Amino acid sequence: MVTIQNLYKNFGKNDVLKGVDLSIKDGGIFAVLGPNGSGKTTLIKSILGMVIPNKGEISVLGENIKKSSDYRHKIDYLPQIANFPSNLKVKELIKMIKDLRGNTSNDEHLIELFRLEPFLNKKLGNLSGGTKQKVNIVLTFMFDSPLIILDEPTTGLDPISLIRLKDLIQKEKSNGKTILITSHIMSFVEEVSDEIVFLLEGQIYFKGTIQDLKTKTNQPDFEHAIASILTKNHA
Amino acid sequence: MLKILKYSFYDLMRSRWSYVYFAFYLLLGIVLLFLNNDLSKAVITLMNVIIVLVPLIGTIFGVMYYYNSKEFTELLLAQPLKRSSIFLGQYLGVALSLSMSLILGLGIPFVFYGLFESSAIWNFSLLLITGTFLTLIFTALAFNIALSNENKIKGFGYAILLWLFLAIIYDGLFLMTLIMFEDYPLDKLSLVGTMLNPIDLSRTLILLKLDISALLGYTGAVFKQFFGTNFGLVVSFIMLSIWVVLPVLRIVFKSKRKDF
Repeated sequence: MVTIQNLYKNFGKNDVLKGVDLSIKDGGIFAVLGPNGSGKTTLIKSILGMVIPNKGEISVLGENIKKSSDYRHKIDYLPQIANFPSNLKVKELIKMIKDLRGNTSNDEHLIELFRLEPFLNKKLGNLSGGTKQKVNIVLTFMFDSPLIILDEPTTGLDPISLIRLKDLIQKEKSNGKTILITSHIMSFVEEVSDEIVFLLEGQIYFKGTIQDLKTKTNQPDFEHAIASILTKNHA
Repeated sequence: MLKILKYSFYDLMRSRWSYVYFAFYLLLGIVLLFLNNDLSKAVITLMNVIIVLVPLIGTIFGVMYYYNSKEFTELLLAQPLKRSSIFLGQYLGVALSLSMSLILGLGIPFVFYGLFESSAIWNFSLLLITGTFLTLIFTALAFNIALSNENKIKGFGYAILLWLFLAIIYDGLFLMTLIMFEDYPLDKLSLVGTMLNPIDLSRTLILLKLDISALLGYTGAVFKQFFGTNFGLVVSFIMLSIWVVLPVLRIVFKSKRKDF
């Protein structure tokens, strides 16, 4: 699904990615983890073409993404901070994204699922953070793309919406889609992901299932396994 | 690109600031017409305001819009859209809505005052055309500054400096050069100097069309010979177009290489 070879990126003097090699197979939920500043968002943005790498190759569904924009038809992306034009109404934003990407009827079902009907005619500037995130989720999931990228999807969600989001992710997985998630909420990651990719100082430190990680670090639970990687490397 | 343009335009058309800008010109037009009681004189006064104000509003609005819509731009960047169409669409959205506020805001009072039966219609049209050019130029420059500066405060600072330089400091330097080299023939130099600054160029263009060039003395005569002719007019408009095209090209170039 996604192949990354020898990816380098620096912002000024700050080397964020230092030779990342990663291949993600079709189907399943992959969590990209790592401490703050380890390059998770940069990696995701490189896949989306928002960050232009210094060196290295990325291909999505077998197509090299350099100088191309059409491949993004196959990706649904949920950005970390949901901030939309404040003058637009929710309904108008949804219509606009549909207009830009092609039509879909999936949005009605999602709006109902997240109880967004009362907000459809409100301006985006007047919505709370959690409601904005729900709109964000609707915009992401309303298209039927084989690759879904979620950057901190749980931000600001109430418990009931969180459960709905998890169901939604599982449903998309059972449809054979590939889902990439970053999150700092370990319980969420442990619950949903099939495989984790651990980034540390711009390189892939670990890739495998949660069970493998526990065995490797000799820790009984996931949270401690992650913590042990971090303490070992920062001690 | 047209879709982005459409949405940026709608977005701005609904913002309070477009209305404030529109209302300001409307009021300015009405007040000037009542005070001057004469179309031609009102056009001259308007010119002085427009020449300074349009670039200022263009730069500020351009920078502000870019920084304000940053997250939204990121949302668009993740869609299957070309970068150049996203940024050109946004740029044109800002520039066109500003131009529309200008044209409608000034146009409405002048039309009601009887612009179409007056001889001032060409001068007035020229004023609006140069005003639109200035909007296009300075919004493009503002987008360039914003694209190159992640830091909002720095971006705003440079934008204000740019406006200050082209609207005021440039004239001062230009005048000093003329005084320092007053022993030499300066007609060519002053012509070139005027051409290189879009604000000066617009001002000269309008002044000379208004037949008040006699006030400008000998240099005025040289200017009149150049700008007064059709050739001069065409060259001036080509210069203004270059001032639009170059910054726009840089927007395309810069946006392709930028990380978000």
